[in-house]
Amino acid sequence: MSGRRDRLAGFAFVGPFLALYAFLLIYPLFMGIGLSFHRADLFGARRFVGLENYARAFADPIAWQALWNTFKLTVLIVLPLTAITLALALALNRATRSAAIFRGIFFASSILSVTIVTLIWRFILTPDAGLVAKIVTALGGTPPAFLSDPNLTIPALAITTIWWSVGFPMMLFLAGLQQIPADMYEAAALDNAGPWTRLLRITLPSLRRTLILVVMLQTAAQLQLFGQAQLLTAGGPSGASRPVVLLIFEVAFGRWELGYAAALAELLFLLVLSVTLIQYWAVGRAAKDER
Amino acid sequence: MNPRARLSPLALAGVTLGAAIMLAPLLWTILLSLKANSELMRDTASAFSGPYTLENYRAILVGSSVTHWLLNSLIVSLGTTAGVLVLCSLAGYGFARLDFPFRRSLFVFVLLGLAIPEQAVILPRHQLFAWLHLHNSYPGLILPGLVAPFGVFFMTQYFRALPAELDEAAMLDGASRFTLFWKVLLPLTRPAQATLGVFTFLGSWNDYWWPLISATRSARFTLTVGLASAQMNYAQTSGLGFLMAQAVFASLPILIVYIIFQKQIVAAMAGAAVR
Repeated sequence: MSGRRDRLAGFAFVGPFLALYAFLLIYPLFMGIGLSFHRADLFGARRFVGLENYARAFADPIAWQALWNTFKLTVLIVLPLTAITLALALALNRATRSAAIFRGIFFASSILSVTIVTLIWRFILTPDAGLVAKIVTALGGTPPAFLSDPNLTIPALAITTIWWSVGFPMMLFLAGLQQIPADMYEAAALDNAGPWTRLLRITLPSLRRTLILVVMLQTAAQLQLFGQAQLLTAGGPSGASRPVVLLIFEVAFGRWELGYAAALAELLFLLVLSVTLIQYWAVGRAAKDER
Repeated sequence: MNPRARLSPLALAGVTLGAAIMLAPLLWTILLSLKANSELMRDTASAFSGPYTLENYRAILVGSSVTHWLLNSLIVSLGTTAGVLVLCSLAGYGFARLDFPFRRSLFVFVLLGLAIPEQAVILPRHQLFAWLHLHNSYPGLILPGLVAPFGVFFMTQYFRALPAELDEAAMLDGASRFTLFWKVLLPLTRPAQATLGVFTFLGSWNDYWWPLISATRSARFTLTVGLASAQMNYAQTSGLGFLMAQAVFASLPILIVYIIFQKQIVAAMAGAAVR
């Protein structure tokens, strides 16, 4: 192989991507860290303030409220979503036609954009015109104010998100189930193991890696929940359903305090990054155990 | 578990109930979109019975901004998809097949990007694009989507799996690096191109946060941003049926892509789990 020409060729092939990658991802990453140490507005005026933005974040009750909302949303979404999609995968891991149709139905909502999902769910949940209201009223009840009652806005966002998100984790679990060798079940059948024994002794332990992957991917995703809250409840009433990313958006593009918004974004980034690193570590360890 | 066994009645009931919950909101949306706005104004329960009309869909096609937003979404999504396929194929081939200084470190450097979420870079990127006067433009909407570290990783893995004898045979015939890449190897990566392409298209089509802050003029709205503004100004617009018809209309292109590329989507999901 011709060494020198290969070297030049190598840079020619990877260069275009690397240039964009450095300019549009790595550079903004460091720019954001720098921004978080400044007081800055949209028009370029900026002044170095050291750690002031971070100190402000830790003292800001609104930031703590947003973090607590994010935590509640993440738990209320990730736990039910994992249980539901695991159950669906177990039920639908079959070579029948009806199972294929069901899989298609459960995956369909995942292809919609957040705007369409919130548009649909607004007119499911809204108390005067929504589908739930029509059903509850027909049964003689009073429709709950899902989008304005401070106790119901977070559950409403969680339900909407779960409905939107079942497809992907279900597919991951199905793929995980396909990886389990059939002879493990044949051996169990010879031992007269019942369905529950097979589930607890073979299926779930074999799915450990997929389970970790689903929980961690979903946690990282839901920590960054944004569009649903912005469109469905606008974070209200009075911040009761405002997650961290919506706060960052409001601080940056409503109040134009870019430095403070950047500091909040860096803090959330640390949180998401730790979840991602735990995921790499845990999936790697589970993979090693399987060998 | 026997994959050919039928579902137990209890499991079947559960799955059917779940499917009903998945479908009911979609059917409700379609029903609302087929009703006259004045009737829905009185009572949305009127959607359960006729008369139904296609008037709302006609209103979209004749003189609404929705068709314009659809065109913007198509330009942005197709532009992003084409760009990602070109950049990731080139880089994937380079990392998989060529020997150059710092190759390993550069590849690790790209993989680090997988751990950087959008919200960590979106504010400074917004500033950067403001300085470059790229907001409210197609390049401004397309460029951020071209940075796809996962695509590079995916294509590199695919190129690595192709037999090395192909390269040697072609080089003996005197083919240049680029001819080898373009004529011999690239055609073999078509399945990977399809998978990466579909995912990039879906992601770009459904992207919300970046177009929301970058395209602030209605003329450059993508469908997601346009529909967001339509639902926020719902009280002033021409009615619920029209709004829901927009939702259905905006889902059609993505539904068509999903139906055509179902196989690639499922295969890619399986790949993601095994990884």
